Amino acid sequence: MKEYLLVFRGGDGAIHSDSPEKVQAHMQKWMQWMGGLQQDGKFVGAQPLEATGKKISGTKKVVTDGPFMEGKEMVGGYLICKANTYDEAVQIANGCPILTFDDGSVEVRELKAMQM
Amino acid sequence: MLPFTQNIDKLTDHLFRHEAGKMVSVLTKIFGTENLETAEDVVQQTFIDAITTWKLKGIPDNPSAWLFRVAKNKAIDIIRRNKFSVQYDFSDNERKLLTSEYSLAVTMDSFFTEELIKDDMLRMMFACCHPDISEENQITLILKILCGFSTAEIAKAFLTSEDTVSKRLYRTKEFFRQNKIKLEIPSVHELESRTGAVLNAIYLLFNEGYNSTNSNDLIRDDLIEEAMMLCKLLTENKHTQLPEVYALMALMCFHSSRSNGRLTAEGEIILLKDQDRSKWDRILIERGYEFMNIASFGKYVTSYHVEAAIACEHCTAKSFEDTNWKRILEYYEWMCKFYPSPIKELNKVVAVMQVHGAAAALQALEEIKDKKKLESFYIYHSILGEINFLLNKNKDAKENFEKAIQLTQSERERTILKEKINKIDSIQN
Repeated sequence: MKEYLLVFRGGDGAIHSDSPEKVQAHMQKWMQWMGGLQQDGKFVGAQPLEATGKKISGTKKVVTDGPFMEGKEMVGGYLICKANTYDEAVQIANGCPILTFDDGSVEVRELKAMQM
Repeated sequence: MLPFTQNIDKLTDHLFRHEAGKMVSVLTKIFGTENLETAEDVVQQTFIDAITTWKLKGIPDNPSAWLFRVAKNKAIDIIRRNKFSVQYDFSDNERKLLTSEYSLAVTMDSFFTEELIKDDMLRMMFACCHPDISEENQITLILKILCGFSTAEIAKAFLTSEDTVSKRLYRTKEFFRQNKIKLEIPSVHELESRTGAVLNAIYLLFNEGYNSTNSNDLIRDDLIEEAMMLCKLLTENKHTQLPEVYALMALMCFHSSRSNGRLTAEGEIILLKDQDRSKWDRILIERGYEFMNIASFGKYVTSYHVEAAIACEHCTAKSFEDTNWKRILEYYEWMCKFYPSPIKELNKVVAVMQVHGAAAALQALEEIKDKKKLESFYIYHSILGEINFLLNKNKDAKENFEKAIQLTQSERERTILKEKINKIDSIQN
């Protein structure tokens, strides 16, 4: 079995202005989705990310503040799961609650074993 | 909102008895038995918060829900704070979702649902009664963890020192720490023996409530209630619906049905023969019959069956004189044969006295093996005094009652014994 990184973008940003009940109902969806993965033994780990950040670039190692990009481009969190194929990983990603928002997206990437 | 801090103390005491066991069970499922102490700390801290907050802001509408919410938040804090600690292991399937912020809060909520808590308590009972833990340590832990007993109360229940109780608790927790015992219902082949240990603990707890060794409260309704609640949990889970479980439940129903008739308005003990039987709780007696009925379908008879049968005889007799002492004596004889113990022999003596008179009772008393063990119990001297009194050996009887007074911790028992001495004195004068 391989491991896949699911990168979440957009979506959830809107939820924070909602009522606590709505937030809770939304988090329930996350738990159900992840709970399903966990029951199948396919859940590895997941965390949401803060909207703030720092960026260090180039050989000069220039530090700049924040991603400061548009909501839908901002990485909001990740999940690592096990799956046999890309198709299966995409299937898993399909259930992600971030896709209940029009601007939400999930990028699916296979974790690579370095060839030395 | 109750205005007095006194009420808050009383309420939190009551809630601690009632809810602490549930809270510790769930929290132990979350943190693992190796971190039982963390679970206990969270509960302690939650109650401290409750007392301080409620004194300032008044008691919330649903105090139990408040406690659970605060405990839940504390548990979440601990998980967040200890992300990199090796002390907590959330790698198993059930707890893995506690490691992600996406699912932590909701998973925590799902752990705290009423139905699951019942199962957690049952699993906790079995963990406390693990076969590698000595019986006295098992019982000590059940009382501490599931019944919200203080170390002092456990010490009283066992007639031992607080220091001993603390050591027992420490040893058991150490055992959990080293062996990471899982919270589970035992497999079929060990279910019977392990349920036996659990029942024994419940039985002890019930007796502590019913014949309290505590001098201030003779009948501690909450203890009786807790014991019956724990036993009820066993009757509700299909894995633990064993005949002896129902027998103990019946026994407790019959005994507790008499709670109301046992004390005067001033809280003095009324002896069985003087009790107003119309005050006995008919509903509990009916429930006792129902449980007895289910218990009798089992393949075997346990001491709980026989004790329930004896209690049932008392409950069905219309008056003390109507009591079928002959049958009760038969039950005691049966019990002493198959489950011998000095205390049961002593109980048998009372039945012998009713059926065959004081002289026979004295003889039966003399014949008890391990009589020495009984001599530290006030009840032994009290019964001996009763016998001597009936045999007109007033001087001996008085000495017996005086000895009993020295040994009992109960103020109310002392009052009764003093009355008996007064009676002797008035005859002599």
